[in-house]
Amino acid sequence: MPEDTSTDEGLSRREFLVTGAATVAFAACAGNSPRREGAAAPPPGDPMEITLLLNGERRVLRIDPRTTLLDLLRENLGLTGTKKGCDMGQCGACTVLADGTRIDSCLALAAQYDGRSITTIEGLARDGALHPVQEAFLNEDAFQCGYCTPGQILSCVGFLREGGGGSAAEIREGMSGNLCRCGAYPNIVAAVRSLHGRA
Amino acid sequence: MREIAYQRAGNVEDAVRAGSQPEAAFLAGGTSLVDLMKLEVLNPARVIDVARLDLSRIEVTTGGVRLGATATNSAVAAHVEVRRRFPGLCEALLSGASPQLRNVATVAGNLLQRTRCAYYRDLSTRCNKRSPGAGCAAQEGWTRMHAILGGSDHCIAVHPSDMCVALAALDAAVHVRGPRSERDIPFSDLHLLPGDHPEREFALEPGELITWVFVPATPAAARSRYVKVRDRLSYAFALASCAAGLEIAGGRIQAARIAVGGVATKPWRNPEAERALVGEAPRAEAFRRAAEVALQGARPLRDNGFKVELAKRTVVRALTLSAEGA
Repeated sequence: MPEDTSTDEGLSRREFLVTGAATVAFAACAGNSPRREGAAAPPPGDPMEITLLLNGERRVLRIDPRTTLLDLLRENLGLTGTKKGCDMGQCGACTVLADGTRIDSCLALAAQYDGRSITTIEGLARDGALHPVQEAFLNEDAFQCGYCTPGQILSCVGFLREGGGGSAAEIREGMSGNLCRCGAYPNIVAAVRSLHGRA
Repeated sequence: MREIAYQRAGNVEDAVRAGSQPEAAFLAGGTSLVDLMKLEVLNPARVIDVARLDLSRIEVTTGGVRLGATATNSAVAAHVEVRRRFPGLCEALLSGASPQLRNVATVAGNLLQRTRCAYYRDLSTRCNKRSPGAGCAAQEGWTRMHAILGGSDHCIAVHPSDMCVALAALDAAVHVRGPRSERDIPFSDLHLLPGDHPEREFALEPGELITWVFVPATPAAARSRYVKVRDRLSYAFALASCAAGLEIAGGRIQAARIAVGGVATKPWRNPEAERALVGEAPRAEAFRRAAEVALQGARPLRDNGFKVELAKRTVVRALTLSAEGA
């Protein structure tokens, strides 16, 4: 975005949302920082340092040990491509790759992934060229609103790496950890099928 | 989530020592514990990460296979010796959760996963598991998903695991390391019935860490199958399930293993149902009689009467598949 549009009127929706999210994140941290009063107070949750190889870049991060990998990506690092759907491991919108394996980032503490490689939707394209799975989702029109799409795409990358089968039934089962409330499933299956044996 | 101290254990001894502290919990994949910590259903002050301990190997040993505590559900299900010797265990694992969850969920974590009872997970309702003595909202609540076997006036929460149903049928043993010694726990002794104390769920002492699960290889295990019935074809908890294995020679059943899931407060095994099959020809009538025995004592609740017949038919189906020796 050109610098001369950075007025209130020039703020994009994304900038507005990111600014809003940062404010909320700060408020949430501030609310958590005072120690709990009274009996059975847990010991201080001292901040800890972790290192991630995030989309190919080494990142040293200071975090509250409670931080989930999903919240770290979205709130601390502004990588909002990874979506928070149910936040309880049921919808798959938060799917990322950890050392190439698909996982739900909402049910992981970021601390568990210290020293490991994480790939999000932002890190899938290489040198401006879309990943073949991204191309396939575009070609097959495998999305409507797009909210589940980053998770669907990363789940598909993981599915293909796992050697998942190419029949429609195997694809439906293999992609069953990713819900799409628009109901784009037929085209998602077609996209995965078009890639089978290529990734 | 409440504040935690996070610590990564360097070796098993360190893990046991750290896990012996008050309010400590072991963390492996996180799919169950992190979920319940976010809901503030479980509130450990110290989280001991054991995922990187050298406990993830799957090894063929004398008489069976040893599943490392931190081997992932995906790794176990994909292991060639596990597939060959315990097909029912593979089917159980692959019928559970989603690929993303199976990629991180571990053997030990699966053994220790908590119930999916909606009242247990909802802090605004009464639950004796969460708050001993508070009462059980499920008793007057929506009981479609609840237990018809093994419940008490204090708890009717269903045990959620598929893998555990298979391991119960296969006579597995759970090896644990404690502060002073190590020991083996027969699988059927690991999970406790709720009785008067639903908050006591496992026969584990403070600090005891599961290090592996031993699964004996038997002819019945090699023909084991797992059948799971649920509200949708994938990614749902069981309404009823059954792990079954038959050893058949000379047209007669020599040995039988049956465990039932989705209907009881722990993986449900009734040895009388297995004995009823020995010496019989592997036919539908014998399977139905065994299924009747397997569900003996079932007490349906207001919303789950359908589970009694559903579970019996599931048992018959699993026995039939095992007999066919697919």
